[in-house]
Amino acid sequence: MVSALDQLWMIPLFPLVGAAEALLMAIFARGRWKRAVSVFCPGMVLLSFVWSAAAVMTLSHEPARVHQVILASWLPPMGAEWGIYLDPLSAVMILIVTGIGFLIHLYSVGYMAHESGYARYFGCLNLFVFFMLVLVLANNYALLFAGWEGVGLCSYLLIGFFYRKHAAAAAGMKAFIVNRVGDAGLLLAIFMLFATFGTIRFADIVNVPAGGVTVLALLLFAGAAGKSAQVPLHVWLPDAMEGPTPVSALIHAATMVTAGVYLIARSSAIFGVSPEASALVAAVGAFTAIFAAMIALVQNDIKKVLAYSTISQLGYMFLALGTGAWWVAIFHLFTHAFFKALLFLGAGSVIHALDGEQDLRRMGGLKKTLTITHATMFIAAVAISGIPGLAGFFSKDAILSEAFRAGSTALYVVGLVTAGLTAFYMWRLMHLAFYGKKSVPIHAHEGPWTMRVPLIALAAGSSLAGWIGVPEQWHTPALFRAFPLWIAPVFHQALREPAGDPRMEWILMGASAAVALVGVTLARYFYHHRPAMPGSFEQSLRPLHGILLNKWYVDEFYERVFVSGLAKGGGRLLSRFDTGVVDGGVNGTAWLTRLSGRISKWWDEWVLDGGITLGAYFVKLLSYPVRVLQNGHLQSYALVFAMGMVALFSVYVFSR
Amino acid sequence: MAPITTGHYLGLSAALLLIGVAGVLTRRSIVVVLMSIELILNAVNINLIAFSSNSQNVRGQIFAMFIIADAVAEAAVGLGILIALFRNKDTVLADEVDLLKW
Repeated sequence: MVSALDQLWMIPLFPLVGAAEALLMAIFARGRWKRAVSVFCPGMVLLSFVWSAAAVMTLSHEPARVHQVILASWLPPMGAEWGIYLDPLSAVMILIVTGIGFLIHLYSVGYMAHESGYARYFGCLNLFVFFMLVLVLANNYALLFAGWEGVGLCSYLLIGFFYRKHAAAAAGMKAFIVNRVGDAGLLLAIFMLFATFGTIRFADIVNVPAGGVTVLALLLFAGAAGKSAQVPLHVWLPDAMEGPTPVSALIHAATMVTAGVYLIARSSAIFGVSPEASALVAAVGAFTAIFAAMIALVQNDIKKVLAYSTISQLGYMFLALGTGAWWVAIFHLFTHAFFKALLFLGAGSVIHALDGEQDLRRMGGLKKTLTITHATMFIAAVAISGIPGLAGFFSKDAILSEAFRAGSTALYVVGLVTAGLTAFYMWRLMHLAFYGKKSVPIHAHEGPWTMRVPLIALAAGSSLAGWIGVPEQWHTPALFRAFPLWIAPVFHQALREPAGDPRMEWILMGASAAVALVGVTLARYFYHHRPAMPGSFEQSLRPLHGILLNKWYVDEFYERVFVSGLAKGGGRLLSRFDTGVVDGGVNGTAWLTRLSGRISKWWDEWVLDGGITLGAYFVKLLSYPVRVLQNGHLQSYALVFAMGMVALFSVYVFSR
Repeated sequence: MAPITTGHYLGLSAALLLIGVAGVLTRRSIVVVLMSIELILNAVNINLIAFSSNSQNVRGQIFAMFIIADAVAEAAVGLGILIALFRNKDTVLADEVDLLKW
């Protein structure tokens, strides 16, 4: 019998076939037979999801909950091979990637229906799913890196999908280049892993001796920070919103940007023994969370708000990773994938209805027209705000309580404030887009069923996903603890008893719920009851508002320091190198060439030419007696001719 | 009076040929040289006709006609060259022109 677990390679194969089909269509069909692409590509991802689900079901019956398949060898001395590693962690990832990936593919069928490059879009999207599956299913760092670069490539291709638009092409390049900075760290980390452990297989790097791995952990973190848009490498993600909205939902919210979180969770054995690196991860995560949330408060582009929200939520995940609560980070990754994908798809639905309008200031009163979009986005906004009952509450509360338990009050406070900011900016978005004055064109309409169904499915996920990870002190049946129970074989502390007073846990929970409610209420007060207040706040806090609106001037700083500073300063250095070393070398060579030329000229003039001139002179000398004959006079020639004739006749006559 | 025989004609022809050759070789003016060439050609014509009459065959006379036509053409070309020479070199004297060398 064919077991899904034995044929794990089928999971990434499906989207690869889909990508091949769609890209061939893009090249040869040139816009014809769209239906073939719209059925085949989402279908392949669905098949992959079904196969993944079957494999995970089978895996749950295995006692060790680890399944490794080696397909072929690649770099044997490094322990790098074409191998698939399925454990509870990668199981969660493949279900997210294929499940949410399928919903977003389905949504794209409706959303992209009128765009040119339809087949190219689906080819890239399927290719992305393939590489993402390679990334999470790899059994060693080298193969993970291959997937890592592959998703970066697809991200680049899809951000720059509207390549005729200058901003989109530039954003694609920016994403690619900023990611390279982090990837350099990851690549160095892989070399260092091999140097330290003699292998780069995940399964072989479990018991890491304490000490001496901090640099390694920091290099891994550099890679993760690049991919997951953590400060200071966050600048590419907001610009990546130039891509089509479903791409933002899949790549830049639900899956690819969480690859950094996955990488650190996968390397938990290394981070676990390096408190310094972990502290840095937590600090960067907390800083990123509040930094991006503050920017999100004032952005006017609906997708930019969501992009900064994504950065902020990723910051939460890194905060959890840094405090050693790896399973909590993955749990937040899991719930975040639902509600953030839903928020992006809802935003896409709004943009679709308004013919490409993305500015929140020009929206309003969409609640009546876009009923389903409003209802589903409402659920997502409740979920992300951390209001008790929906997905975001459980995971965010778990992060905050872990931060508190780790003993860092500063991290906890930053997390709590960020939770309030999150609630505020999300409900600001809801109020500006859906409530308030009606300024909607009459023809605004919901999308086709392919766009509505994913919204509803993700809304269900956003409502329910949190209920499989409720806190321990609720003393619920095992079903409500399914997530920690499932992932416990990888992260043992998922089942740890709460260390402190259970009453403290309730207080923390109450605090985060209260902060969320305050944020929501404030947003309602500002944008519903007193619509003039945000404006007057902007006036009185103009410098701060300006700083936030310009995203803390990070882009300008990079422009000044790296792009023009380094490029120009480096240019000057290169120019000196050029004039000094390169030109010197060239000039030296030229001098040598000229010297040898002069020698060869002397040889030519005096030896070779001399010989030839001498020969010519002899010939000239010999020619003097002969040249008298040829004097150019007609009659002397005629005389010679006549004499010749006479001579010939004489011979003829007298020889007889 | 002795009859005129082929031998007489051949004698005339030989005399004309020698006068012509001497003219070509010794006269300075190219005009005279060209006239001398005509003499040589006519010597040949007399020769041909003498033999034609002797052997009762018209082939020689036809040949002579061709030679007359040829002489006309040759004289035209020769005078053309002469005029070109005069225009370029301001002379019609053969010994003042020595272009035919290396």
